[in-house]
Amino acid sequence: MPDTQPTALVDAAQPTLPTIGILGAGKVGTVLSRLLLAAGYRVLIAGSGSPAKISLIIDVLAPGAVAMTASEVARDSDIVILALPLGKYRSIPADLLEGKLVIDAMNYWWEVDGIRDDLNDPRLSTSELIQSFLPASRVVKAYNHMGYHDLDEGPAPLGTPDRKAIGIAGGDELALADVAALVNASGFDPVLVGTLRDSINLQPGSELFGANFTASGVQDAVARFPSTERGLEVAAARAGDELLSAT
Amino acid sequence: MTTGSIEFGLNSFGDVPTDGDRTLSDAETVRLLVQEAKHAEKVGLDVFSIGEHYREGYVDSAGPVLLAGIATATESIRLGTSVTVLSTNDPVRLYNEFSTLDALSNGRAQLVLGRASQTQSFPLFGYNLEDYETLFEEKLELFMKLQREESVTWSGTVRAPLTNQTLHPTMRPGGIPTWIGVGGSPNSVIRAARYGLPLMLAIIGGEPHRFAGHVDLYFRALEQFGLPRQPVGQHALGLIADTDDEAAETWWQAWQPLVTQMGRERGFYPPTRERYDLELATGALFVGSPETVAQKIVRMTDELQISRFDLKYDIGGLPVDARARTIELFGTKVAPRVRELLAEREAAADASDPGASDPDASDAPQPGGHDLYPIGSTHA
Repeated sequence: MPDTQPTALVDAAQPTLPTIGILGAGKVGTVLSRLLLAAGYRVLIAGSGSPAKISLIIDVLAPGAVAMTASEVARDSDIVILALPLGKYRSIPADLLEGKLVIDAMNYWWEVDGIRDDLNDPRLSTSELIQSFLPASRVVKAYNHMGYHDLDEGPAPLGTPDRKAIGIAGGDELALADVAALVNASGFDPVLVGTLRDSINLQPGSELFGANFTASGVQDAVARFPSTERGLEVAAARAGDELLSAT
Repeated sequence: MTTGSIEFGLNSFGDVPTDGDRTLSDAETVRLLVQEAKHAEKVGLDVFSIGEHYREGYVDSAGPVLLAGIATATESIRLGTSVTVLSTNDPVRLYNEFSTLDALSNGRAQLVLGRASQTQSFPLFGYNLEDYETLFEEKLELFMKLQREESVTWSGTVRAPLTNQTLHPTMRPGGIPTWIGVGGSPNSVIRAARYGLPLMLAIIGGEPHRFAGHVDLYFRALEQFGLPRQPVGQHALGLIADTDDEAAETWWQAWQPLVTQMGRERGFYPPTRERYDLELATGALFVGSPETVAQKIVRMTDELQISRFDLKYDIGGLPVDARARTIELFGTKVAPRVRELLAEREAAADASDPGASDPDASDAPQPGGHDLYPIGSTHA
């Protein structure tokens, strides 16, 4: 992008960009803030406590983002990204997210969340769990599978050779289109990997988890998933579940 | 920027090595650590530190005992931990152990406190992982009070309260050098600053310059709390051999299976050789010839403003000889070469900028020097 691009163009585009809210001001939340601020979005962010608690962190690590309470972020944003520890999902202000597009970037990480069978169930993806906790929101899984340092180092303009890709999953076409646009603006190729039910292929235990691939690499990994050890485990558990519920 | 002097530490997690076709026993590895610490002292390294793990392949579970053994076998090298899992230690017991170590070693004890990235100690000692934040916060508060106050009254939720308690042997005034180890959590950086404690960045993957923001955050937070600048250190993994190729091959043989195992436990796939080569070139691994590693450390003093660099030289399955060679080259080649490069740059900077020695430049990071860091005494 040449430096001489008239700023008026950018300004004219601004009003159409949605405001992004981020719940979680840790490693992932601050990296995503930086990426989206760089892409020209207005970013609101909340940690687990008062905005004052994270104001210095935001000031230094994501200058330009606005620190607020979680409720304010949920209320004032068009799209809300969940970047808090998955084990704390019940603290998400569900009522304030009604009707909104919610991006689930969370993962089960037992070293933070503790040993939780409910978050490690091969029958149910954790994004399905989040969707059932937020029944009136449109949940899309994104930004969860790439390590936060790769997220930080990886963004590149559209069309860059070997641009890295982010897998996204969901069932709502419009929501997926919005998330794809956001992923693209933040510097990555969006790749649809399936529904929320399928999004277990982005979770820990899958080849894509921790992967830093290009779009074709992500597509290949998605295609391989059913025949991997984890894919077979998931299929077996789900088949058993269906059998049980049929009897 | 004036970099001042730099300190070098050697870190071990007590990883069990191989010797030819044989894997050393746990007991042999414990005794080897004493030899390696003596070796580190002989080649002039500043600090020898051990970690705290509770799993097969690591023998560093009783850190203070091991350090006490090393203390009686060495004379000048400082002795610390590369991370003490404070959350699952009792701060009172920890104080007793480290005040004893400090007495025994004639003032050479120090430690790095962290929340740890390995968590076996939680179930082992009966703690819940979900409580790790509260455990660390409360225990850090108590541990620092014990170090900084003569008589401590404390109450919290994670252990029995104390009333006007004094512990013996008492530590030197202000306590021993205590660093906070962080792995990337901004909140942990703020916490280190809140206590005015030096910051140890544990960088084990990705490009280290990503942590530059954390260093800024740390300095700004110290400023906001009205506390003086403290040093920043870096803990990294690596191996030094005579050539880059030899180093890369030797490390890969041990590192690849280790990371594969870690991936299996945490649900990620092992890195490819391509990724590994990138980690060597621009990433977090300090694997190479003395010149390669020295140049990389000098880059860190720029990017992260570090005044201490700790190398973790042992990973499971590495040959004993490769470990010894790393220690030898780290002390005799890398450390002097880094100091030489920094001195050259400082001389060049002084020549081109007469203001470089101006007292106003005192907001540069506090140089490490060979003094013990004056922790606590000025702002207890």
